[in-house]
Amino acid sequence: MVLKTMWHNIRRSPYQAFTAVFIILQTFFVVSIFAFAVWGSARIINYFESLPQVDVFFRNEAKQGEIDTLKKQLEGSGKTASIRFVSKQEALNIYKEQNKDDPLLLELVTADILPSSFHISTVSINDLSTIADSLKKSEIVERVVFPKQVVSKLIEWTDVLRRVGVALITVLAVDAVLIMTVIVGFKISRKKEDIEIMRLIGATNWYIRWPFILEGMLYGIVGAVLGWGLALGALWYATPFLSTFLHDIPVFPIPSTFLLLIFGVEILLAILLGGISSFMAVIRYLK
Amino acid sequence: MTCMIKLDKVSKKFGTGVFALSDINFSVEKGEFVFLVGPTGSGKTTIFRLLIRDLLPSAGTITVEDFDIVKLPHRKIPFLRKKIGFVFQDLKLLLDQTIFENIALPLEIANVPAIEAKKRAEEVLEKVGIINHKDKFPIQLSGGELQRAAIARALVLSPDIVLADEPTGNLDLETSWEIVKLLESINEKGTTIVMATHNTEILKNFSKRVVGLDKGHLVRDDKEKKEKK
Repeated sequence: MVLKTMWHNIRRSPYQAFTAVFIILQTFFVVSIFAFAVWGSARIINYFESLPQVDVFFRNEAKQGEIDTLKKQLEGSGKTASIRFVSKQEALNIYKEQNKDDPLLLELVTADILPSSFHISTVSINDLSTIADSLKKSEIVERVVFPKQVVSKLIEWTDVLRRVGVALITVLAVDAVLIMTVIVGFKISRKKEDIEIMRLIGATNWYIRWPFILEGMLYGIVGAVLGWGLALGALWYATPFLSTFLHDIPVFPIPSTFLLLIFGVEILLAILLGGISSFMAVIRYLK
Repeated sequence: MTCMIKLDKVSKKFGTGVFALSDINFSVEKGEFVFLVGPTGSGKTTIFRLLIRDLLPSAGTITVEDFDIVKLPHRKIPFLRKKIGFVFQDLKLLLDQTIFENIALPLEIANVPAIEAKKRAEEVLEKVGIINHKDKFPIQLSGGELQRAAIARALVLSPDIVLADEPTGNLDLETSWEIVKLLESINEKGTTIVMATHNTEILKNFSKRVVGLDKGHLVRDDKEKKEKK
């Protein structure tokens, strides 16, 4: 009966139902987009963190034995995840591959002028500075390069993204609650006479309240499903462009478990949001 | 006999300072059929509203079955109202629901299972003679048929008491007769009935107890006269 009354209420005022669903849809569309963005940026940071972050270029006079000793020392520190040695010849091959379309550049370069190097990835991003500093002290090391600033910037940007997301979602959620409260309140006002009749023939307050509360929850669920679906559609549409833009960074495909997790959390939030809005309305208008 | 309704020194003063009822005393026994009569504004509807705790008296005590109306906690009001069948003066049918849905509403409120509710609603519609109109909306029915629908809704929970506020108010004489006869047949099966009316034709032709009101005062009670004799 409660469900029937709820359905009856929705059918009687479809435009209000549409408005309620639309405002929830907007909120959860933004929630989904930010969830995807935060997840993607975390993947990008992970990618940079797991790259051979420290590139060490050796002097020409460095002997292979000295290089091997340095490698053992680094491995012994326990701070490195992997160390890849790139010989002069390998460096030349990489150079040739990168400049294969420019024969002039290829002619000028030989293996002798390219330094051999280590590409080191660390277990933790915090160890980068320590390793870089210790390598700079080595006599066989010409130059140490590590993209610490890139990662720091990324972390900063992700933090800003999170803050903006939380602020925007909070504003939209408050908007949604207020608009839903007004819509459900308006519906209650329109049904005042019917509610009075129900009370006079013995309906309890909760018998009258439940259809409105469930109605709010249903708007929340439908809005969340549509918002999530729309965000997923937008993501699917933008994937080819983003994949090209991100090049080697393995952000796509986003795992379905993550998408379902977002969906589940959004449904719960939507039920809560719809429930709270309509509860506020029934408390306000059904004293 | 069991006392179903008892008003003891009941007064009702509205916020405007007007006394709607002054020092009203009367009681109704189980199975009685009582006409509550008086001109418009005499206090008939106020008494009914007090009996279902839609209003509280300014003074006095009211008992309906086992319910002490004045002391009744707010949360128990729905229980009281399910025990009383009320035929409202303005019918109070839900206009966007069918006659069947209107009649089934008290059953749904009382949590009667759907199959049982359907059976009981159809039985009562049969009893009041509008089963053929069960799928129509109130706007599609005549005045007499609407009145029967309102009575059906009042009866559907098999209450011990039915309060009918001017059920013949807007009807022609012939239809009014049918309605009163219907209420009489319900009364014959043991239901206590209190019917407000100012239709003198009906009063003349039904030898039932009459409680008279005028400007909020009790001016007539046949029962008292009988007891005094």
